[in-house]
Amino acid sequence: MSVIEIKNLHKIYNESEVKVHAVNGINLSFEQGEFAAIVGPSGSGKTTLLNMIGGLDSPTEGQIIVGGTEINKLKAGKLIDFRMRNIGFVFQAYNLIPVLTAKENVEFIMHLQGVSKQDREKRTKELLIAVGLGDRINSRPSKLSGGQQQRVAVARALASKPKFVLADEPTANLDSKSTENLLDIMEKLNKEENITFIFSTHDARVVKKAHRVITVEDGKVISDERK
Amino acid sequence: MIWSISWRNVWRNKTRSIVVISAIALGIFAGVFSTAFMKGMTDQRIESAIETEISHIQIHQPGFRESSEIDLLIDNSDSLINNLQKNPAIANVSRRIIINAMAASAETSSGIKLIGVYPKAESKVTTIHNKIIEGEYFKGVKRNPVVVGKKLAEKLNLRLHSKIILTFQDFEGNITGAACRIAGIYNTNNSLLDELNVYIKFTDLQKLTEIPKNTNHEIAINLYNNLTANDVSKNLSKEYPSLEILPWQTLKPELGYMSALMDVYMYIFIVIILFALGFGIVNTMLMVVLERVKEIGMLMAVGMNRLRVFNMIVLETIFLTLTGGIVGIIFGTIIAKYFSLHPINLTWYSQGLSAIGWDSRVYTSVNFQMILIVTVLVILTGIVAAIYPAIKALRNDPAEALRTE
Ligand SMILES: Nc1ncnc2c1ncn2[C@@H]1O[C@H](COP(=O)(O)OP(=O)(O)OP(=O)(O)O)[C@@H](O)[C@H]1O
Ligand SMILES: [Mg+2]
Repeated sequence: MSVIEIKNLHKIYNESEVKVHAVNGINLSFEQGEFAAIVGPSGSGKTTLLNMIGGLDSPTEGQIIVGGTEINKLKAGKLIDFRMRNIGFVFQAYNLIPVLTAKENVEFIMHLQGVSKQDREKRTKELLIAVGLGDRINSRPSKLSGGQQQRVAVARALASKPKFVLADEPTANLDSKSTENLLDIMEKLNKEENITFIFSTHDARVVKKAHRVITVEDGKVISDERK
Repeated sequence: MIWSISWRNVWRNKTRSIVVISAIALGIFAGVFSTAFMKGMTDQRIESAIETEISHIQIHQPGFRESSEIDLLIDNSDSLINNLQKNPAIANVSRRIIINAMAASAETSSGIKLIGVYPKAESKVTTIHNKIIEGEYFKGVKRNPVVVGKKLAEKLNLRLHSKIILTFQDFEGNITGAACRIAGIYNTNNSLLDELNVYIKFTDLQKLTEIPKNTNHEIAINLYNNLTANDVSKNLSKEYPSLEILPWQTLKPELGYMSALMDVYMYIFIVIILFALGFGIVNTMLMVVLERVKEIGMLMAVGMNRLRVFNMIVLETIFLTLTGGIVGIIFGTIIAKYFSLHPINLTWYSQGLSAIGWDSRVYTSVNFQMILIVTVLVILTGIVAAIYPAIKALRNDPAEALRTE
């Protein structure tokens, strides 16, 4: 069974005078353990698609089924809870809480989930070591580089043991070395722990690393290749 | 964890937070200190009025207080006083004859209230004998000694041992007079009183006015405990229904109200301060929420529900407010405590104050119940001020907030 099932998805923005058909009839499914990139020109609808998969935005039409739950039918409160338990997020920026240390940022969601202190600390340590920040556990985000911050964000996204991780242009603000480093870490986690990653990108080097590349244009999938 | 996030968020923009905290601290300090000051002043005023003037309970024939008629006398006062002295709540009793009189010196004259007292008994009920600034309390003059206030002495241009002529009506309605000498001059800080009240020996005044023995106009009672005045006077009224027996609160209603009124006034004052501070706090927190749109959006995206976001903002506001509040309360209390031992001298002001019966040296009065209430009010202000910014924070749409540009 697929982790994510997307059926006939549409999103129309009509707040302004011109209607924007940002997602225009997308059908997709993702299996456990995929490492998929969504690519396409600016304005093609990548962010809109990811936001709907993550339950941050609601579709105008269509269905998104995550592990058997149709998330577009969930009530707002339930949806927040569902997100917290099933989906990990990495954003382009503003991922971390500036007043918390790396360790506390990773612990934060587990804390909301009510994980015991002991388990929390163990997992946080493992994750920060896995992303290569075992020695920066007590640093605040402002004391970390952009690449290090994004690695903390990846660790944070994984902390809640989600079904999959969504990342919208996670490397957009990073230099090429940090980009490669982050991708390597994501790939390693994907391989070793079979974690599903879905990320959007403009970056050809990132695309190269992906095992599946989905190209969108004008809100439609124009190609879907597996390597 | 939300607590610690909120607390650390307070210190994220240090300059701004310190400005707000200082404003709150100053406001609360002003509130606490001025409350202690006013409260101290009122307490002192009440205490001194009781000590020098009214005592705790007074007994009269009904109507005497209004008309001062010489024949409205309390009969059988010997046995009445005997009974009163057996009452366990009563410390001391003093009987007085009170008549209106005219006092004249060689130069000028003035209307006065002539009060006949037994010096020993009177000095156990009021403290006039402690306020003598010249001469002695009924000593040093053989015939008709009187004790007058400093203000009256100045007005009539009298000195110690000067002669003073008193003119008044006797019990038969005939005008009579007496030549007296000033044995002592007192000063109570209440110049109204000092100008009006002239004390003479009970026995002298009785002879001069020919008021019958075993009668008098007023009995002043001093209690062991000020707070029992109401109850004791009620019980005595039941025992002696034909007499008017009143506690100090009724004798001088303005004193009783003054205490209650001062409390109300103080709370209004503090609420106004907090209200003004509240706007500053709302403004600061709105800025905070606006600055953190993306961060709050991210928190909501990764699973922080609305209640937690709301609580986070409310807690931050309370921490901010309470930090300022506690600083203000601590400083206010310490300084008020200091001035409760070392009085504030308002001499440069005191001419006006003593004219209306206030002491020029003010001992502040620190009231811990009030401090507790102020603390609760500060927290409430924090909560109320947080609501609007917190609701604003909830309006965030995570998808919208996170669209980076
Ligand atoms: N809130 C909105 N209201 C109206 N139109 C919107 C809104 N959000 C996005 N759009 C429009 O929807 C379309 C798809 O936008 P989206 O952000 O998904 O593109 P994208 O592929 O992520 O682009 P980029 O690569 O620049 O991030 C664009 O034309 C955009 O202008
Ligand atoms: Mg985008």
